[in-house]
Amino acid sequence: MSKKKVIIQDATLRDGMHALGHQYTIEHMVTIAEKLEEAKVDLIEVSHGDGLNGNSFNYGFSRHKESDYLLAVREVLDHAKLAALLLPGIGTVEDMKMAKDCGVHTIRIATHCTEADISKQHIETARQMGFDVVGFLMMAHQTSTSQLVEQAKLMESYGAHCVYVVDSAGALLMDETAERIRAFKDNLGVEVGFHNHNNLGLGVANTILAIENGADRVDGSVAGMGAGAGNCPLEVLIAVCDRMGIETGVGLYPLMDCADTLVRPLQQRPVQTDGNALMLGFAGVYSSFLLHTEKASRQFGVDSRDILMELGRRKMVGGQEDMIVDVALDLQKGTNR
Amino acid sequence: MTTKKMGCAIIGSGNIGTDLMVKILKQSQHLELLAMVGIDPNSDGLARASRMGVFTTHEGLEGLMSAPCYENIRIIFDATSAKAHVAHAKMLEGESRHLIDMTPAAIGPYAVPIANLETHLQAENVNMVTCGGQATIPIVWAISQHTKVHLAEIVASISSKSAGPGTRANIDEFTETTAKGLEVVGGATHGKAIIVLNPAEPPLIMRDTVHMLCDSMEQEALTAAVKDAVMRVSEYVPGYRLVQEPVFESFEENGLSHPDHGTQKGLKVSVFLEVEGAGHYLPKYAGNLDIMTSAALQMGELKAQHQLKAGV
Repeated sequence: MSKKKVIIQDATLRDGMHALGHQYTIEHMVTIAEKLEEAKVDLIEVSHGDGLNGNSFNYGFSRHKESDYLLAVREVLDHAKLAALLLPGIGTVEDMKMAKDCGVHTIRIATHCTEADISKQHIETARQMGFDVVGFLMMAHQTSTSQLVEQAKLMESYGAHCVYVVDSAGALLMDETAERIRAFKDNLGVEVGFHNHNNLGLGVANTILAIENGADRVDGSVAGMGAGAGNCPLEVLIAVCDRMGIETGVGLYPLMDCADTLVRPLQQRPVQTDGNALMLGFAGVYSSFLLHTEKASRQFGVDSRDILMELGRRKMVGGQEDMIVDVALDLQKGTNR
Repeated sequence: MTTKKMGCAIIGSGNIGTDLMVKILKQSQHLELLAMVGIDPNSDGLARASRMGVFTTHEGLEGLMSAPCYENIRIIFDATSAKAHVAHAKMLEGESRHLIDMTPAAIGPYAVPIANLETHLQAENVNMVTCGGQATIPIVWAISQHTKVHLAEIVASISSKSAGPGTRANIDEFTETTAKGLEVVGGATHGKAIIVLNPAEPPLIMRDTVHMLCDSMEQEALTAAVKDAVMRVSEYVPGYRLVQEPVFESFEENGLSHPDHGTQKGLKVSVFLEVEGAGHYLPKYAGNLDIMTSAALQMGELKAQHQLKAGV
């Protein structure tokens, strides 16, 4: 029986933006993309870490214009298709049009795991525009599997070709991951994907579980280059898949070279499961809060772990980076809200 | 003469329309609510209106225009959706009615209390921007009275429970209309708006954060301007509060690099706000309803007062 090849999507140039405070140069992006192309990765995502139009005080400003990044990377792709991320509430249909003009093939529309209905406008329009459309349900640890399935069905009904379980906080345990992917496969007619963060050290393990439970698409980033402790490290995933006989069609050596010679030297702060990154997974906090929390910790003299615990307790969701300073100020004053 | 009120109607019997109904019935000095208009005969808003003795129709604006009370209605609040409002505005052309648009359709000029209501007394169609705009534009406007605001960005977080289907179907209109309001009324060169829905239980109170990059000046004066604006808004939205002292960060040395707008020197001002609702319709967490309906009521009161005075 021939099994369908799992589709590999790289997030180094999108999630990795978080790890660099969105400061990739165009040259960085292009040289990394060339290696990913050489490795025959299927999809390469390029966007501000918080998706198209994410440039803001709240999330940080990227070094270059979004369209400049997209066009430059598109130029060096042949096998790999270009992807972009969009969060309704941050990016708009206008940004999707820009992405289309820049040659983006796959658009991923991301919402918090319980708010899929705010993506209707974008998924429907993206379908009409001819994109390969992915629904991206973030912070998937914050809701039950059955609720998550209901939300995924909404995205399917709007026209998504694929719906992702997204472990934005790197907080999903192994059985929780397997259960969610299996439930998606059992209840959806479209493809199923998985994206995670390595905050509890389960980046590769959970991604393998997702594949074993039927995921059609999975994400990774070279050297883990992503928010928090990073994403599932792509070169490690490919090596494990190879040993397990899981066909990915992706070459290992170009990814290893990319990790060692291009990506890791860019990391000003190591992307690893250190104390603060571990706290994200432990407290269930959105991974891109990490650098903003460390900045607030320095600025207001509060322990970053206390900030992260409090953000988790207040149930902050992706996009609420403004609440990091708010929490730090409260902790500084000793007020409880 | 002093007891005379002006007839008004609300189109849209969802969260916003129903909250406004309660406010008019409870608080209004110059407005008398003569009709509540919906399209769903089973909506909670219409049932409530009936119970409170207000005429209702579930046949939309057409139903209202053919009702006997229509001739006494001078002011119409539209709490439907941007798309519906465009149709309503067309149907009401030449009808000599004042339309107060609470959708993000923005056909008419933006109206924000403390900044510019008086300017739009005569406009037949005024737009109330968005809940996030009403919560943040007064702050940007207040800073703009003292110094040039180059960038104004707001983050509005609302509880999932307070976001009705209209809001959810039109997130883009929220971000786009709010951003424009920050520029046109707030006085910022570039506006940007972000909205986040949070499903936490118990529901979180609406939060709004305003970040501005402005030409540097004394921080004390800017803090005072923010506090004065907060006080003035809280006069019509009692649950509007400053949560933290404004936070300043100087970008005088190297400037702030924006990929689309270039490098700009100045002072970054961050203002952290909370809007607790009055609990008139949805519970107190839904400050987003209150700030919108309270602002619209302010506009309606002012128009009614003006017209009653003119003897129209």
